[in-house]
Amino acid sequence: MIKAILIFNNHGKPRLSKFYQRYSEDIQQQIIRETFHLVSKRDENVCNFLEGGLLIGGSDNKLIYRHYATLYFVFCVDSSESELGILDLIQVFVETLDKCFENVCELDLIFHVDKAGLAGAPARAVSAVKNMNLPEIPRNINIGDISIKVPNLPSFK
Amino acid sequence: MKECMVRLIYCEMLGYESSFGYIHAIKLAQQGNLLEKRVGYLAVSLFLHENHELLLLLVNTVVKDLQSTNLVEVCMALTVVSQIFPREMIPAVLPLIEDKLQHSKEIIRRKAVQALYKFYLIAPNQVQHIHDKFRKALCDRDVGVMAASLHIYLQMIKENSSGYKDLTESFVTILKQVVGGKLPIDFNYHSVPAPWLQIQLLRILGLLGKDDPRTSELMYDVLDESLRRAEINHNITYAILFECVQTIYTIHPKPDLLEKAAKCIGKFVLSPKINLKYLGLKALTYVIQQDPNLALQHQMTIIECLDHPDPIIKRETLELLYRITNGQNVTVIVQKMLDYLKQSKEEYTIINLVSKIAELAEKYAPANEWFIQTMNAVFSIGGDVMHPDIPNNFLRLLAEGFDDEKEDEQLRLYAVQSYLGLLEEEDAVYPQKFLQVMSWVLGEYSYIINDEGDPEVIMTRLCKLLKKTFVTSETKAWIMAAITKIASLNRGSKTVDKLIQEFSTSLDTCMRQYAFELKHLCEDKDLMKNLLPRDASCNDMVVDASLSFLDGFVAEGLSRGAAPYKPHHQRQEEKLSQEKALNFEPYGLSLSSSMSSSGFTGRQSPTGLSFGSDVSGNSTEMGQKEMSSLKLDGVKKLWGKDGYLPKKESKTGKEDKLEAVPPGSTLGGNMVDHPLSEADQEVVSPSEEEKEKQQLASTLFVGLASNNAVSLMGKADTTTQKFKRKSKISETQNSEEAPSIQYDATLSFRPLPEAQSNDNENIQSTEHVRLRKSSLSSSEVLEASVSFKRPQSLTEAGLDAKLPDCRLSPSSLFADNNIEVFQPSQVIPSVVASKASLIPSLSEELANNPHSEAVELCSCDTLAVNLCKVWTDDCLLLVLFVANRSSSALKNVNLVFENSEHFKIVEGLSYHFPVIKAQSLESCQKSVQMEKNCMQEILVGSLNYQLEMETGLEFSVTLSLTDFIRWLIFHLIQMANEH
Repeated sequence: MIKAILIFNNHGKPRLSKFYQRYSEDIQQQIIRETFHLVSKRDENVCNFLEGGLLIGGSDNKLIYRHYATLYFVFCVDSSESELGILDLIQVFVETLDKCFENVCELDLIFHVDKAGLAGAPARAVSAVKNMNLPEIPRNINIGDISIKVPNLPSFK
Repeated sequence: MKECMVRLIYCEMLGYESSFGYIHAIKLAQQGNLLEKRVGYLAVSLFLHENHELLLLLVNTVVKDLQSTNLVEVCMALTVVSQIFPREMIPAVLPLIEDKLQHSKEIIRRKAVQALYKFYLIAPNQVQHIHDKFRKALCDRDVGVMAASLHIYLQMIKENSSGYKDLTESFVTILKQVVGGKLPIDFNYHSVPAPWLQIQLLRILGLLGKDDPRTSELMYDVLDESLRRAEINHNITYAILFECVQTIYTIHPKPDLLEKAAKCIGKFVLSPKINLKYLGLKALTYVIQQDPNLALQHQMTIIECLDHPDPIIKRETLELLYRITNGQNVTVIVQKMLDYLKQSKEEYTIINLVSKIAELAEKYAPANEWFIQTMNAVFSIGGDVMHPDIPNNFLRLLAEGFDDEKEDEQLRLYAVQSYLGLLEEEDAVYPQKFLQVMSWVLGEYSYIINDEGDPEVIMTRLCKLLKKTFVTSETKAWIMAAITKIASLNRGSKTVDKLIQEFSTSLDTCMRQYAFELKHLCEDKDLMKNLLPRDASCNDMVVDASLSFLDGFVAEGLSRGAAPYKPHHQRQEEKLSQEKALNFEPYGLSLSSSMSSSGFTGRQSPTGLSFGSDVSGNSTEMGQKEMSSLKLDGVKKLWGKDGYLPKKESKTGKEDKLEAVPPGSTLGGNMVDHPLSEADQEVVSPSEEEKEKQQLASTLFVGLASNNAVSLMGKADTTTQKFKRKSKISETQNSEEAPSIQYDATLSFRPLPEAQSNDNENIQSTEHVRLRKSSLSSSEVLEASVSFKRPQSLTEAGLDAKLPDCRLSPSSLFADNNIEVFQPSQVIPSVVASKASLIPSLSEELANNPHSEAVELCSCDTLAVNLCKVWTDDCLLLVLFVANRSSSALKNVNLVFENSEHFKIVEGLSYHFPVIKAQSLESCQKSVQMEKNCMQEILVGSLNYQLEMETGLEFSVTLSLTDFIRWLIFHLIQMANEH
């Protein structure tokens, strides 16, 4: 089961996070910090799996991450998930983002957080069902686009 | 409103307080049009969590939307249900969702299944009755629905694989279809058909086929197929391959599949891609117990991985090595682990690795020196984060030793020497746990090196430690205990005098306490010798938890007019009631209330705690009442009220020590890289020659090469421990120690089994006991030398803390009541009984008739049917015994005989058992008469029962003519007996 999806940049600033268990704000921050420390000190040419962050789920959990340009995509999962499977799921997630934004970059996530979140929601649905139906995802997002438009106010930028 | 809600989501996301708007989100979901509803639901699912109270308000909306004819509304409701839903409201929506399983739209069906999955996760018993609907979902024509149902099955099979064996074939078929590319093209990912689905199916198959040759049989083909198909060089195919391999090694093995899987693992391990290497190592670790030869094939790769720059790979390799450790390669492997340990900084890794090293060292240690050195390293690195069992086990090992006395002696000697050496270094900082271990060992065993070493030196070193700032008070207590022990072995020492002087005025009350104890012990050497015998750490102390030796004292105190003790809560209660009494009814009530409250305590007195029976029974009725409350804890009372007793002092002492014992305080001790004097010749530096690597490989795999399966198995069960723990014999030590001890004879009882059990708690408790002994008896000493009195104020908390002590030695409590406790033996008869209950036996009146032996007619995993023929005067009686072998009760078991033209069953053809309890036996009787004559005929019957599904068993009984001619049989039997 996927416990959390964290996206943060090279400096550990969270860009998108979704926890599938309830944690208080402080703990969430702490988890992100700890994860960032674990992930950021690893070289480029090492494996994408990590074990034993103590915060989420104890010893059973694994961190599976990918590093794209300035962003780290980290999935916290428990032992019932296949490592490589999740690794590809991240790939799918990023591909989806890419389709949404046409050449996605960190700024997209900052300024179109609503879209990213919506893209994340189907990805989670995918992870839950793993009904890999790639063409379906962007379609879902289009529905999302119709229903919610972030108010284009200067105060939000 | 919609816009506002979107902004609110934004605020919430940025971490601002927006709880004021939650209710509006719910309202929006309730009232708005479709678009607003959607936003409302989205906001709700983002804002609220499972246990949020506002969620209850949503239930009604969800129910309404579920009944809606609008597809989108139903979808939204189902989505929110599968995200967050209060557990207690499940029954409200369950029937609606069940209906949705038959919905014509597949997306609704899929979402319904997902919602049910969610329900299964949070409340599995609520969805039990719809298991067959899950089956339908599994066979759904839409792949999405089927895939969603797999989640439920994975979860259920994980919990109970035996119940779903019959589904194996369906899973195999599904996997075949998926692998064969029968799914719509949409499901392909990088031209691999539905990889995540495959992974999940493989996991399910692995769970189903575990240790079950018959089920495994079914899946060999499809596994082979998947292995073959997954040839494309892509990440996701490797994921499938990995799952395949894991499944193949989990299920009942088949040689040629294993071979292929082994090849796959080889591919993984040798792959230049680091992720695959990691997985390969993981697979190897998994496989190694079944097939150590595989590790041999890849030994060079493993050696390379040991020096891999990635610490994760390194750790995985160590995990692998840990599994193949045996007596011959232990030194090398432990060395490697220690090296890694020294570099690693993560707490999690340290805890994990330290316990592994300690385990290996204990199990396979080749030599004493090595063992001590290794443990030193473990203690100094693992320090304060390690599991408290490790130092405890280590000390126990030292104390109890092996079977060989001489070896023990050597081990201890070496330990003492090495610790002295370590303490010599001036500026070294050791973790607290390590210091505690050191001081204990020095205290117990320093006499061994007395010939060469001066106890003064040892004491000076320990004293120096006491003055260091980084030593916590807990550790100081350990050190003081050690000094006391050493001092007892030697006549007057300047160091001790100095120490006493110094700490008698210490600000730390604990330390002052110890100093005084030590002082008084020093004044009375004989007592000290008795109190702290040499090498007695293994002797069990008998602790009189009820403190009955104080009964006399209590009685005396009472006779002098002291008030009986009342526990704290009671005193408060009384205070309260008195206040009340003052306020309302000054006199009458106060008396009655105090009476009632004293009666109350008498009633609730903990059963084991009543003592001082000699006091009660010889006074007036009122007095008796008082006595009864006194009985409960008369001792405490004296301390509680007056606090003039010297015993109090012992009490605090005891508590301090107790405090000192519980491990796990993680006060900041810095970690020290403790220099290992042992030359590590075999460490491979990256630059070293291939040749040396090979040498290392040979040392690492030395045990494996001989295919030493035994040593591998030894890993799993700890029977092959090198250090065998001596079973302890509890010794009753009684009153010789000090004149004033008044142990009841009945009290000095400690059942052997308890002392023997290897339970950690017991280890700890014996340690407690040991420590307590010293303080306890010291109190007695003080009592003996009445000259010493120290008024001290009493804390209630201290008294309450006594209760846990009592729990630690339950045996003495029981003994107090003259109840003999035989703990372990009781288990055996009950086991026998449960077995016996499944063996059919006739009731007495039937057994008096001639009867045949009980014969098993048919049986399956859950049921067995036995038949016994009883020939009564007028008919043939068939007694059928139905035994339930399973661990759950069977309901509605029906036994039906088929109609036969030859026989007539008098009571009707069928028999119904409403319930057969787990592991029990039911019987039914049928009397059979012959209708048509025949020599021999078969009577056929069947047994139906309901477990997860209807199951039937068939059986047949052969009845011959002779069965019906009773007297003939009777005669035959008699004749047979005569012969």
